[in-house]
Amino acid sequence: MKGYAGKYLMVDLTRGKTSVGKIEEQMALNYIGGYGFGARTLYDMLPNPAQVDPLSPENVLIWWTGPLAGTISTAGNKYAVFAKSPLTGIFGFGISSGLFASEFKSAGWDGVVFTGRSEKPVYLMIDDDNVELRNASSIWGKTTWETEEMIKEELGDESFTVASIGPAGERMVRLANITNERNRQVGRCGLGAVMGSKNLKAVAVRGTRDVEVADPQGLVRFIAELNERCQGPATEKYRVYGTPANILVHNKLGCLPSYNFQKGTFEYAEEVSGEMMLKTHVKKIIACAGCPIACDHVNQAREDYAGTVSSVDYESLALLGPNCGIRSLDAITKAVEICDTLGVDTISAGNVVGWAMECFEKGILTKEDTDGVELRFGSNEALLEALRRMCLKEGRLGKLLSEGVRRASQIVGKGSERFAVHCKGLEWAAYELRSLQTSTLGFAVSNRGADYLRSGSYQVDVKGKVDRLRLDKSRGKIVYDGENQYAVIDSLIICKFTRGIFQSMDELAKLYTLVTGLSMTGEQIVRAGERIHNVARCFNVKCGVTRKDDYPPPRAFEDPLPDDVVKGAVIKREEYEEALDSYYECRGWSRDGIPLKRKLLELGLSREAEEVGVEA
Amino acid sequence: MESRLRKIIVCDPDRCNGCRICEYVCSFASEGVLNIKKSRIRVVRIEPFLNLAVTCRKCEDPLCIKACPRDALTQKPNGVIVVDENKCNGCGWCVETCPFGVVRMHLDKRKVVVCDYCEKHGYPMCVEYCPKDALKYVTLDQAARELSKKAVQILVQELASR
Repeated sequence: MKGYAGKYLMVDLTRGKTSVGKIEEQMALNYIGGYGFGARTLYDMLPNPAQVDPLSPENVLIWWTGPLAGTISTAGNKYAVFAKSPLTGIFGFGISSGLFASEFKSAGWDGVVFTGRSEKPVYLMIDDDNVELRNASSIWGKTTWETEEMIKEELGDESFTVASIGPAGERMVRLANITNERNRQVGRCGLGAVMGSKNLKAVAVRGTRDVEVADPQGLVRFIAELNERCQGPATEKYRVYGTPANILVHNKLGCLPSYNFQKGTFEYAEEVSGEMMLKTHVKKIIACAGCPIACDHVNQAREDYAGTVSSVDYESLALLGPNCGIRSLDAITKAVEICDTLGVDTISAGNVVGWAMECFEKGILTKEDTDGVELRFGSNEALLEALRRMCLKEGRLGKLLSEGVRRASQIVGKGSERFAVHCKGLEWAAYELRSLQTSTLGFAVSNRGADYLRSGSYQVDVKGKVDRLRLDKSRGKIVYDGENQYAVIDSLIICKFTRGIFQSMDELAKLYTLVTGLSMTGEQIVRAGERIHNVARCFNVKCGVTRKDDYPPPRAFEDPLPDDVVKGAVIKREEYEEALDSYYECRGWSRDGIPLKRKLLELGLSREAEEVGVEA
Repeated sequence: MESRLRKIIVCDPDRCNGCRICEYVCSFASEGVLNIKKSRIRVVRIEPFLNLAVTCRKCEDPLCIKACPRDALTQKPNGVIVVDENKCNGCGWCVETCPFGVVRMHLDKRKVVVCDYCEKHGYPMCVEYCPKDALKYVTLDQAARELSKKAVQILVQELASR
């Protein structure tokens, strides 16, 4: 089989030893790559995940590319990282892009699996077949951007691509991420903290090998066509304003979270819109390797924060902006820079700071708790100071926020759990809870916790294909289909912004076959997506996840939206139950959310059927 | 061909976003493989804002040719540099003398390679595949005219907005 390198690296950090594993054809066909490989290997390597402390040496840290990386495939240079999440305690993963995955494949590897814990700080260098754990003592403590520069300098070649953690990951902040090429992140689930717990500062990779594909002529021709489609209307939003175009769209629909999800509109939305940003702050639009779309809008701040440069997307913008009541693009650009360089996920960061601001305004947190920070909505200084302290775990406030919103609200108590906006411990992304209800179902059942990237179920709401202010039993199928398709996209791995350019799942299967030479149909590949999703769910069931965990936070049911456009919108409990039942039914799971043996066997998952599956 | 009629590949830094599709395509067009480290055109990214793809400029009286002690490099009338692999011994003097860094040592062959403007395809494939039209295959005269046009457009817009 082509496309795959056919082998992966195993690194035992405790002993400082490496070895090589093989990728078999059956693994490729059943699990595709990326998410699929991650689900398979995480399930296999942590047979009793409930017993594993995510920040202990017993956790594993797994990196996978997919078959498309390093080929010319449209927006296909992505890699994914997996571990039991220290933030959620369940299946943790995140995907990043840039050039890293291309270099990785070109070096002759599909992935790398880390076990154990290094005694001293190290980084892994991969230079084709030459792999080495190197001393990272001199870079420990540095920001992600400094780390990239220092490693390139040390290795004497700037064509090394580096993925690293910042001081937040080193300190095991539960929101810590992994950054490559400055602006690209494995953002969610706190996987940077897992790296930190293993004393692993970075992975630096340089590849010089040809990446072999089954049908190069056919592939290059097909890519020409796909790349041409990427200049059409399906991706226009991403090309022109980038994802920040969503600010005004969502504001108009009453689904732009503001003031810690107390509202669905923001009175200063214009000031932080994608349109405004393009006019006043965007200095350059850049692309990941192999991407014909180019969505990454790099901002340069002015005035108080002159000289600050960061890449600002919708999620970062909405959560660090409106969700914290912030109306200054300069401050938001600075906030993103703090998160990116010190190394935390902007989504979780904006969410937890928003929660803390609401606590402060309600008197639940006092100035004593915040070490003197006037933590009010709309205060630029408070936001930036809170972020800095969170990343460095500095003082009472920093330590509290570094736990993530679920743990922080449990520590604080006093009813603050009621407005901690998360699911399964993962902070809710910037899609309103009550005015996009299919989306909310999708978020709540996701394998990763509150997650907009696992089913895209917000699309039917935003596009007006369903009544977004209520739920019914038609929604289960929408989420189910979306999840299976997205599992394929995340396994290939290809950027979701290309989803509008593929006319069918058959075209994704065709791409897979052109690259790998393995025959695949649209139906088969969606089946693989369903299999992958079920393996990840089985891992979660082993961690204790059941129906009780598949609900949105209390605010969704208890606090009707005050905004005029969606006044009174709230999720009705009985409608939610009905929609959740319909989802389980589509999935072939029990009413308690456990996969049925029958379903697992049908997907060829006999071990999961035995270990996790239940009878109907 | 008169040198003023020579077309070269030019890159607009405002449009180039560093996607490297030109590099992937070039490795395929030149050698039938996918490997950006074998590309004749290279994307330079200087953080945080600058991206530019560079390839052979078809210089007049090129330094790379002068530097070669074995006369392995010659220039065709249309400006394309030709490397005689039988003569090249990989000493790399030409690599050092090219002011743009676009004469490269091949990773496997240890012979130098220079962009041949996809003569066998009839048109540079990097230009054809560039998704943002950052790459253009034009004479320097055309390139200059485009720049003038752009400057005038900006000027007119600014005047109109006053």
